[in-house]
Amino acid sequence: MFGEDVVMLSRLQFGLTALYHFLFVPLTLGMTFILGIMESVYVMTGREVYKDMTKFWGKLFGINFAMGVTTGITLEFQFGTNWAYYSHYVGDIFGPLLASEGWMAFFLESTFVGLFFFGWDKLTKVQHLVVTWLLAVGTSLSALWILIANGWMQYPVGAEFNYETLRMEMTSFADVFFNPVAQVKFVHTVAAGYVTGSMFVLGISSWYLLNKRDIAFARRSFSIASAFGLASILSVIVLGDESGYTQGETQKIKLAAIEAEWHTEPAPASFTLFGFPDQVNEKTNFAIKIPYVLGLIATRSIDEEVKGLSDLQADSKVRIKRGMVAYEELQKLRAGDHSATVKQTFDTYKADLGYGLLLKKYTEKVIDADPEMIQKAANDTIPKVAPLFWTFRIMVACGFTMLFVFAMAFYYCATRVADQKRWLMRMAVWCIPLPWIAAETGWFVAETGRQPWTISGVLPTHLSVSSISTEQLWFSIAGFVLFYTVLLIIELYLMFKYVRLGPSSLHTGRYHLENSQHS
Amino acid sequence: MFDYESMRLIWWLFIGVVAIAFALTEGFDFGVSTLLPFIGKTDVERRVIINTVGATWEGNQVWLVLLGGAIFAIWPSVYATLFSGLYIAMLLLLFSLFFRPAGFDYRSKLENTKWRSAWDWCLFLGGTLPPVLFGVLVGNLLLGLPFHLDQDLRPFYDGSFWGLLNPFALLCGVVGLLLTSFHGALFLKWRTEEVIHRRAQTAVAVLGPLVLLGVISVVMVTLFWIERPEITHMAATDAPSNPLNKTVVANGLSWLQHFLMHPWMLLAPIIGLLGIALAWLLGKGQSRMGAFLLSSLGIAGILLTLGFALFPFLLISSTHPDSSLTLWDATSSHSTLLLAFWITVIFLPIVLLYTRWVYKVLWGSITENGVLKDSHTFY
Repeated sequence: MFGEDVVMLSRLQFGLTALYHFLFVPLTLGMTFILGIMESVYVMTGREVYKDMTKFWGKLFGINFAMGVTTGITLEFQFGTNWAYYSHYVGDIFGPLLASEGWMAFFLESTFVGLFFFGWDKLTKVQHLVVTWLLAVGTSLSALWILIANGWMQYPVGAEFNYETLRMEMTSFADVFFNPVAQVKFVHTVAAGYVTGSMFVLGISSWYLLNKRDIAFARRSFSIASAFGLASILSVIVLGDESGYTQGETQKIKLAAIEAEWHTEPAPASFTLFGFPDQVNEKTNFAIKIPYVLGLIATRSIDEEVKGLSDLQADSKVRIKRGMVAYEELQKLRAGDHSATVKQTFDTYKADLGYGLLLKKYTEKVIDADPEMIQKAANDTIPKVAPLFWTFRIMVACGFTMLFVFAMAFYYCATRVADQKRWLMRMAVWCIPLPWIAAETGWFVAETGRQPWTISGVLPTHLSVSSISTEQLWFSIAGFVLFYTVLLIIELYLMFKYVRLGPSSLHTGRYHLENSQHS
Repeated sequence: MFDYESMRLIWWLFIGVVAIAFALTEGFDFGVSTLLPFIGKTDVERRVIINTVGATWEGNQVWLVLLGGAIFAIWPSVYATLFSGLYIAMLLLLFSLFFRPAGFDYRSKLENTKWRSAWDWCLFLGGTLPPVLFGVLVGNLLLGLPFHLDQDLRPFYDGSFWGLLNPFALLCGVVGLLLTSFHGALFLKWRTEEVIHRRAQTAVAVLGPLVLLGVISVVMVTLFWIERPEITHMAATDAPSNPLNKTVVANGLSWLQHFLMHPWMLLAPIIGLLGIALAWLLGKGQSRMGAFLLSSLGIAGILLTLGFALFPFLLISSTHPDSSLTLWDATSSHSTLLLAFWITVIFLPIVLLYTRWVYKVLWGSITENGVLKDSHTFY
């Protein structure tokens, strides 16, 4: 019903602003925890170097946090400005989750972040430690609520359509909260944040060690980052595998697209390690396959099938036809026919109403769709395979590379020879971008794999947008690109400057640039 | 008290409370930023001004975030209609907020004069544009917005951005800016000493009468020149939310008659004007805390006046009155209102308690000597 341009530009803008926001969020998640750990060691041992560590890494965290705040408000506004029909349609479920995030998380982190920076001389050691941990808890709680909201978009449980208010309404908060997809997503994502913080500290500490400056400071930072990083990357990978399993149950199309499984294989399905997906001919060229593995990931068994895309598309077609019935009955209900048979038929078919709405792209009336339109709508339910296939593999490759780095760093720290392994430190410096690449590609997989829906099976993306013009969209996109670019340049400039200064920026008189014999 | 009708009413109050908390706290942050280039002449003076709000402004801004989130959760159709309808205005608001976090945090990280004065102007704009835009919004809420809902309850906006900038709304925008500047000046006066304290006092003395004049003229224009729509028929107050199940006529009772029908509502404008007037009288003298609290009371009274005036409307449609949204037919479901109610009842006191504690720890006058002594800690 809306121009494809408005839909495309709205998606572009949301993707752009969300990915940009996610440059800063993972580091905030990870750094707050690392600051908590460092300060705990300070309070327990009383050694000043740990206080300096908390303050210095805290400075870098602060530079990053400001950008997280700036880019976060955008996302909250944007559901209303650009996804107005979405907001009306699912506000009853999505809204309270965002409001809870405000009450439980935003207030906590934003109120205590000031005290973290300005409270050092006004609080006792233990009080300040508590403030730092509250900050860390606040950031992770924020992730919890937004991922419950996002999990609901992927797998909308605990809600149903109300024909009187023409929207989805919550039927069970418990179902929404304990949504298995959301829970797995939450742990996978916060752990990825902890990895980001760890890689950041590990890489920068390595750079100091390579340059033989602030050794005592850098060595301690390195070892905390290696231990926390190893624990976190293991959680990310285990939970990533767990999301494969929940996807096998809840988001079959996304899983099949990631794996480029065009047709259902006899169980247990093999895992395509590498290849070139070809969407037109529904095959993967030069595929390297590992037997059994996909079946194990997705079904935790060797005798269950993993459905391929062609069969899933056929399923969609059935559901679209059922959705047309639901839509027809809904029109009768809205026209005032509240007879028992109409209600009963509607209730039988309403779970597929969203599939009927897919047809709105081709015919406003839905019920007059011809077989060709139904086929087109069914084709739409299969996302583009190649981008998903590739980004997923990039994410996994980054993950395993970091696992290697953290494992080595941890091992050499434990055996106290880390300082001598210059190759490892060089590698750690070069690996600093990896957690960001993994987080961004991971986001891409999760969200483009959900297309053509904003709410899987419930609300198609092309209906979710606001009734705004392409001119308005170009105005906002231009604004975002301009301001975000300027801010990013400034942020990176300050970040590099303060990394180069190192702990000397604390002006304690104990560090490298203040007293070069002292290093 | 937990029935659907009461919940709708309670949530109207709660959202009012959040809006007032936002106006009171972020209000003085905005005001302080607006006054920054005028009251602070040297770099150290400006740092003093910035540090009166630097450690706590982020928590205050969460009231705005929460206001957005609460409207999304409680009045989804208001959120959808308002944010998409006022698209350009909302984005300008958003863009103007962009440079605040960086302005506070990055400014003192380099010793460069140009760098610092650039951030001063960013902070000025980030504190000045939002109250103007909020004022313009309030003006248009009173005038009604050109929008309608189609049969699927999809909102369509029938006006343009320039249409928002009508003379009445612009007047409201100016009043919004005067209010935050006045409130900010009182806060600044409370938290500083000597030269900045004295300049803030002058600002209070100058701004007070302007604020009063502005508020009174907005009230007058509203009472005598703007039409108030009237609901002639609607579904029960506990019926499922569907804004199209009512009929509204564009001109019913006047705004004055509306208030006179519920005379107790007149308390709100009285508190509003009295609060500001007393804040001015005390504030141009020696009072610090007292004057600030009175101005807070005044702002609360003014926002309550707005809420009472519109009641039961949330968004009035000037072109399709039947599409207007009210607190009876634009809310989320009963169970969602209840869920959000309990979350709020638990977390509102907790948030207030720890916010109070943080302010207590960080309280104390900010002075030039203090900033210079801990130059690497302060913003």
